[in-house]
Amino acid sequence: MTDTLTPPPLKAPSTVIGPLDWIRKNLFPDWRQGLLTIVVLWLLVRTVPPLIDWLFLDAAWAGDRDDCVAASGACWAFVNARWGQFIYGFYPVEHRWRVDLSMLTLVASIAVLFLPRVAHKGWIITGSFVALPVICFALLHGGPIGLEIVPTDRWGGFMLTLVVAVAGMLGALPIGILLALGRRSQMPAIRIFCVTFIELFRAVPLITVLFMASVMLPLFMPQGFSMDKLLRALIGVALFNGALMAEVVRGGLQAIPKGQFEAATASGMGYWKMMIFVVLPQALRTVIPGLVNTYVAIIKDTTLVLIIGLFDLLGIVQAGIASSDWLAPSVTTSGYVFAGFGFWALCFSLSRYSMYLEGKLNTGRQR
Amino acid sequence: MTRHSHDFQNNLNGTEIMQDAEDIIRIDELNKWYGEFHVLQDINLTVKPGEKIVICGPSGSGKSTLIRCINQLETHQMGVIRIDGQEIHADMKNIEALRAKVGMVFQNFNLYPHLSVLENLTLAQIWVHRVPRREAEERARHYLARVHIPDQAEKFPGQLSGGQQQRVAIARALCTKPQIMLFDEPTSALDPEMIKEVLDVMIELAQEGMTMVCVTHEMGFARKVANRVVFMDGGRIVEEAEPEEFFQNPQTDRGRLFLSQVLEH
Repeated sequence: MTDTLTPPPLKAPSTVIGPLDWIRKNLFPDWRQGLLTIVVLWLLVRTVPPLIDWLFLDAAWAGDRDDCVAASGACWAFVNARWGQFIYGFYPVEHRWRVDLSMLTLVASIAVLFLPRVAHKGWIITGSFVALPVICFALLHGGPIGLEIVPTDRWGGFMLTLVVAVAGMLGALPIGILLALGRRSQMPAIRIFCVTFIELFRAVPLITVLFMASVMLPLFMPQGFSMDKLLRALIGVALFNGALMAEVVRGGLQAIPKGQFEAATASGMGYWKMMIFVVLPQALRTVIPGLVNTYVAIIKDTTLVLIIGLFDLLGIVQAGIASSDWLAPSVTTSGYVFAGFGFWALCFSLSRYSMYLEGKLNTGRQR
Repeated sequence: MTRHSHDFQNNLNGTEIMQDAEDIIRIDELNKWYGEFHVLQDINLTVKPGEKIVICGPSGSGKSTLIRCINQLETHQMGVIRIDGQEIHADMKNIEALRAKVGMVFQNFNLYPHLSVLENLTLAQIWVHRVPRREAEERARHYLARVHIPDQAEKFPGQLSGGQQQRVAIARALCTKPQIMLFDEPTSALDPEMIKEVLDVMIELAQEGMTMVCVTHEMGFARKVANRVVFMDGGRIVEEAEPEEFFQNPQTDRGRLFLSQVLEH
């Protein structure tokens, strides 16, 4: 009896419709949309199957140049044959394990980022990213820890791309944060220095900075003092991107309400404590999209080190294409497609990570 | 004079005898300008330990600026402010130590949105007062219980109602065991039904003997707990009286006008 008194809870009306209905509703609602659907379908039919043929079905997967000329598709045999060089550059074969170990260290550092919320996580992350370049440099370059020295002009390929990109990223963020704080400083000397630095580096192309670092800088160095060419390039990349980063971070700092500074000040925190614990954590998460934008640009800009005679992934692929034993049109195309895929994979995983990070940091703090 | 008394106090090595022991806050001839605008004019105010002062007045009368001068969120150009006998001014070295004696609650709560409630309460304890983390968390939970929200420690400020957020802000200020609590319009940003829960906490705090300086328009609160009401207008203290006296029989026209506007509702 009581059942009839309380009405059953209303269910959401079903919106499921048949496949034909779905097609009519979504693909052919009127003649203009229908025409567009047909054009898009036609384009897909014309492009996707040939692409698959070229990439996979007609490709030459193994063999030498003759096999590639015979095949009508891509020449993966070339990538296969040069794989070691593409990844390790001219790094001595018997020492390649040091590169592998460095990459593992990098992967481990990145894994730390995905740790669940544990105590002191911030310090663990900071520590691992301070240790990362030291460990990797010791491994890759050798020397102090008893490993044979591999001079930086033997470095190249994907490994060099990673070295330049990671050094640029790790260097640019702290430089950018300090410059952004300096630009908002009350002290005129610091503010003027930071503004000058940012506006100077931001207004010149990276190529100019790299040329300066590799050609001009040695001229100003005292006699007998020489600095590694790669190291100079790394410093150039870090400073240049630090200047770009500074403006991104400054945008985040400006978004923090005045009340946050006041609350921190009123509770007795000094400038650095306030910045480290209250302001920067909020400012940086506001500008994650901008930071990742700069990071993606850093990865892609690593290709510019070619012009100062360093062979990154793209550079070494280009060198391979030009070698006499692999001269073929399909080799050129395949090489560039491979290099392009390498960069895309790096940048895409970075932007996926940033999306994950944004989602995670946003939970429970909507205002 | 201040310096001398301070040295004297140090020489006694922590003995309780102090020349200025009477007043925990003493403001003499305070003047402040924003550019050309003379926002505070010849302010004199003393607060004894355990006293509750309510500062009221029309908007723009300088009342918020006055209490923000007490912990130097705003700097003054003339006059002397002493906290616990020690002069406080903008370019002093250990201003953080002096600020730590004063807790502040803001109109817009100003909780740290990226930290959980518990972390909001432990941050200053751990990094300013060097309290061990475990003890800081214990103290935080103690004060959360005192503001009647013991079970919200793991939440983020954005998940709480306005009244809860303001009570967390009060607990955050209490965690560092301040000698004085400043309240800058603590209920002005709240929905009517949440005002009471915040005022109740403030009344309890007052009854426990905390020294409080409150900028507020809550005249019921003033009646209940204030020792004195300070009425400001145009950057000056116009009246200073016990609450009943001020409400029943304001001495100035401006005071009467203000009261008629506030109490009409």
